Amino acid sequence: MIELKDITKVYSLGAFGKRKLTAVDNVSFSIGEGKIISLIGESGSGKTTIGKMMLKLIPITKGQILFQGKDLSLFKGEKLKEYYRYVQGVFQDPFSSFNPIFKADRIFELVKSEFFPELTGREWQIHVLDALESVGLNPKTVLNKFPHQLSGGQLQRMLIARALLLDTKFLVADEIISMLDASTRIDVLNILAELKKGGLSILFITHDLSLGYYISDESIILYRGSVMEAGKTEKVFSTPLHPYTRMLLDAVPRIDRKWTTFEIPERKAVGSDTIGMCKYYDRCPLATKECEAQGLIKVEEDHHVACWRWNDV
Amino acid sequence: MALKIKDLRIYYQTLRGDVKAVDGISFQVKDGEIMGLAGESGCGKSTLSNALILLKPPMKYISGEVFLNDKKLPIDNYEAMRANRFRGVSIIPQYAMNALNPIRKLKQIISDLLEHHGESFVKMRDMIEERLKLVELDEKVLDLYPIELSGGMNQRMVMVISTLLNPSLLLADEITSALDVSSQKAVSKMIVEFRDRKIVRSVIFVTHDISILYQVADSIMIMYTGKQVERAPTETIVKNPLHPYTKLLISSLPEVGIKYSQAPLKGIPGRPPELLNPPEGCRFKDRCPVASEKCDEEPPLVEIEPGHQVACWKVGAIDD
Repeated sequence: MIELKDITKVYSLGAFGKRKLTAVDNVSFSIGEGKIISLIGESGSGKTTIGKMMLKLIPITKGQILFQGKDLSLFKGEKLKEYYRYVQGVFQDPFSSFNPIFKADRIFELVKSEFFPELTGREWQIHVLDALESVGLNPKTVLNKFPHQLSGGQLQRMLIARALLLDTKFLVADEIISMLDASTRIDVLNILAELKKGGLSILFITHDLSLGYYISDESIILYRGSVMEAGKTEKVFSTPLHPYTRMLLDAVPRIDRKWTTFEIPERKAVGSDTIGMCKYYDRCPLATKECEAQGLIKVEEDHHVACWRWNDV
Repeated sequence: MALKIKDLRIYYQTLRGDVKAVDGISFQVKDGEIMGLAGESGCGKSTLSNALILLKPPMKYISGEVFLNDKKLPIDNYEAMRANRFRGVSIIPQYAMNALNPIRKLKQIISDLLEHHGESFVKMRDMIEERLKLVELDEKVLDLYPIELSGGMNQRMVMVISTLLNPSLLLADEITSALDVSSQKAVSKMIVEFRDRKIVRSVIFVTHDISILYQVADSIMIMYTGKQVERAPTETIVKNPLHPYTKLLISSLPEVGIKYSQAPLKGIPGRPPELLNPPEGCRFKDRCPVASEKCDEEPPLVEIEPGHQVACWKVGAIDD
């Protein structure tokens, strides 16, 4: 349904934009109907940038995003508005997504005036109640309230409900769980999984591997803007082939296994000697001089890895 | 005992009345112990740790006593606490990366702080450099401004500053929450290292993430709406919890190996009650799957086995 082709994003930093930072480097993947794909990486790996480009919130430096076969960069004006009927985003911090001086349900009104001006108030009300029900909220407890009167979990679910009011087919969920409490985060995750059954595709952006494993069909491991490993979630997690994926999996705090060691490879600033090398070169415990930049290698039909030594590591 | 707290009550003063954020908490932390403090947001865990170092309005001291190394800690006296802060009790705040003045050099920040506590930066310079090495920072950072460092480096810097005077008790308030997995591990390592090298005597590690506590804490205390519900050695809390709330909390944790399509997890239904007028009896009864009439009476915190305390009527009943 939505396809990324060799997407690159370069940010210009510093005075006169002289410093260039490649946040996303030649990333390609596609998301089919009713699929959840997790995009997993440390902070600074470019995962949010990819989400923003798919929502057309920031321009793409190089490459193409195709939505149902059409080039996203050609969508402007009315066409772009049409795009947002199908593609919506929900973000990390539910508290700052709302305007504290208006009632929280104003977000639904804004959707109506923008996209459905022809509907009557009563017709719209039915839509809103449906959407609230699909995210497991009781309308009585959330309507007509100010944001501070609601919990983070409730606000986050209202934002998902808002996204569903349109004919949403694809949802970008950027770290939507990380600000929520342990007791409510699982409810929000379950809602996403339920919505997927109804045909919704989701890009689930997270740094928490256990959450990614819990709901996604496919996983993409991102490091410094490049895909290190991608494939079916079970395969990536049970037979990780890239040293980076293994390091991440080892670092996940689990309640069934204690860390054997506290050591992790340190992150350093990129030195000139590592240009043209594998991006994980300076942290990789197995790196050799031959570890040049490596594209994805197909190991199996649904498992790709960007390490030329995947076979013997 | 490094820290001993008896029946501590800290309320928030509001126009509508007192919010009972910490309501009768008693516990002890041993020398060399890392105690994890976990619970949902609003359970009072941050209030408890803040009250131990900086009790200021709208926080209000109601009752209770705190002993640090058998000496009474005057937490209700803002001025008298001054001598204890930093040296006796120190804190790594939640948003440590934003805690430093961005336009003052790090060495100026540190020397101001040390002078205020009667120490000299020049004399302590060697030790500071040694500590920086411990958290894998270069000594050159002392000549830089906080804006020149990354968030992670600033956080490590704050960890060094907070522990410079070898405080007895270190409070770590949600220091891993905003970090990704590899940084979480690095920060946890430093906390354990501080303890192992006897830089700090004991630590209270406040977080909502029990899986992190399982890695670093010796014991875990679970709080719910201002009350203790369970306290036990880490292994026991995770593997053999007794309180219904702890059980639900542990069973709702997603983990690598658990998939929605195979075994969907359940959250805890409902919300914690308001603490302005908390309900009589057990505060968890409205959300509890095994609540009964008995729960209208407040359950006492009882010791089931050495080091394992639970506040639930059902736990005693099962044993009978």
